[in-house]
Amino acid sequence: MALAVGCRARPGKSRDNKTGSWRVFKPIFDHEKCSKCGMCRTLCPEGCIHENTEGVFDPDYAFCKGCGICAAECPKAAITMKQEEK
Amino acid sequence: MAEKKTCDLFDCGHRACGGCGAALSARLVTEAAGPETIVVASTGCMEVFSTPYPETAWKVPWIHSLFENAAAVASGIEAALKKQGRKEKVVIMAGDGATFDIGMICISGAFERGHDFTYICYDNEAYMNTGIQRSGATPYDASTTTSPAGKVSFGNKRPKKDMPAILAAHGAPYVATASIAYPADLMQKVQKAINTPGPCYVQVHAPCCTGWGFEGEQTIAIAKLAIETGLWVNFEMVDGTVTKVKKVVRKPVTEYLKTQKRFRHLFKPKLQEAEIAHIQAIADKNAEKYGIDIKVPPKKE
Ligand SMILES: Cc1ncc(C[n+]2csc(CCOP(=O)(O)OP(=O)(O)O)c2C)c(N)n1
Ligand code: SF4
Ligand code: SF4
Ligand code: SF4
Ligand SMILES: [Mg+2]
Repeated sequence: MALAVGCRARPGKSRDNKTGSWRVFKPIFDHEKCSKCGMCRTLCPEGCIHENTEGVFDPDYAFCKGCGICAAECPKAAITMKQEEK
Repeated sequence: MAEKKTCDLFDCGHRACGGCGAALSARLVTEAAGPETIVVASTGCMEVFSTPYPETAWKVPWIHSLFENAAAVASGIEAALKKQGRKEKVVIMAGDGATFDIGMICISGAFERGHDFTYICYDNEAYMNTGIQRSGATPYDASTTTSPAGKVSFGNKRPKKDMPAILAAHGAPYVATASIAYPADLMQKVQKAINTPGPCYVQVHAPCCTGWGFEGEQTIAIAKLAIETGLWVNFEMVDGTVTKVKKVVRKPVTEYLKTQKRFRHLFKPKLQEAEIAHIQAIADKNAEKYGIDIKVPPKKE
């Protein structure tokens, strides 16, 4: 692999690395229960939870590692962790 | 309404363990600091998981040189920016080993020279990247690979070094502690530090599921318990005087200790009452020093 001067890299190039493949448990979001507080989005260490056009939240499963923080911290218990089927 | 992507300045695809408190701290700090920021890293987990060449999770200029010299590198960058009349902010993000131990000389020099930067220590309370060795930030009785609990020891025998006090003693105009469990408070403190001229310090409690021994989903809950037991105090210090403290209705320290494998030897094979009393005394002392206790009136009969 050729090194760039100063070992510089393109900003955000880590997105090439799809960490969703690490997942053992998958967070499933129940939009009916969601109060749109945004806590899940704030606390996800991946920053992979996004607000959709209806103002509710969903993770980007390409990157979600399935850590379960969002499910543990959701004040409405709107997120449940389900074992991945591979 | 357009979809708001949260991973603006610290992006997805980094290789931190699932549930990593340090990774969350990087997201929150960059969100608070904004795009006109240059980040300086030390060697450690965050450096490694965010930048396996040629990948990087950072979307602001980011530089890593050595384990011990982030404060010196930041000093040079700040001086160069000043000379050029540029307005970017310099933010260091370094581990506790890099901060409490090996970086001390560079940090002391930089704070003495009075550079205008913000030094953030993400404190996971040991050298995690190299396999959980104790640092000056490791709490009393925590078992690490260099302070192992066993027949002759209950783990780390030294108390956590008071780094905020050391930097306040350097004349730092703003020193604060924060926790990933209170993201709004953390971001506010980072912004305050950045907007205060001179060398400022923010120490962020960032639980590490791998090094402390707990499931990744518990990261926030454990960070909260550290505060609720008085083993971590969130405060702000302006010109050496404590101006703001997070108050709590205190829980016994066992509530925090029992959640983590690094303290398991205090409960199994038998309850180590004397050791736990020692840790409770540390929390009691913190509570008294910072005045964190909310007094609840006794319940009526
Ligand atoms: C001079 C020097 N000594 C030792 C190392 C090996 N080393 C790399 S990272 C690290 C530990 C970092 O600990 P900390 O600063 O707490 O960050 P963490 O990995 O816990 O996030 C060590 C010992 C090094 N890179 N350079
Ligand atoms: S934390 Fe729960 S209630 Fe809040 S936005 Fe996320 S899913 Fe909705
Ligand atoms: S499980 Fe973890 S990584 Fe996945 S969306 Fe929830 S907080 Fe983010
Ligand atoms: S070892 Fe700890 S600090 Fe390092 S990536 Fe894993 S959880 Fe984060
Ligand atoms: Mg560390």
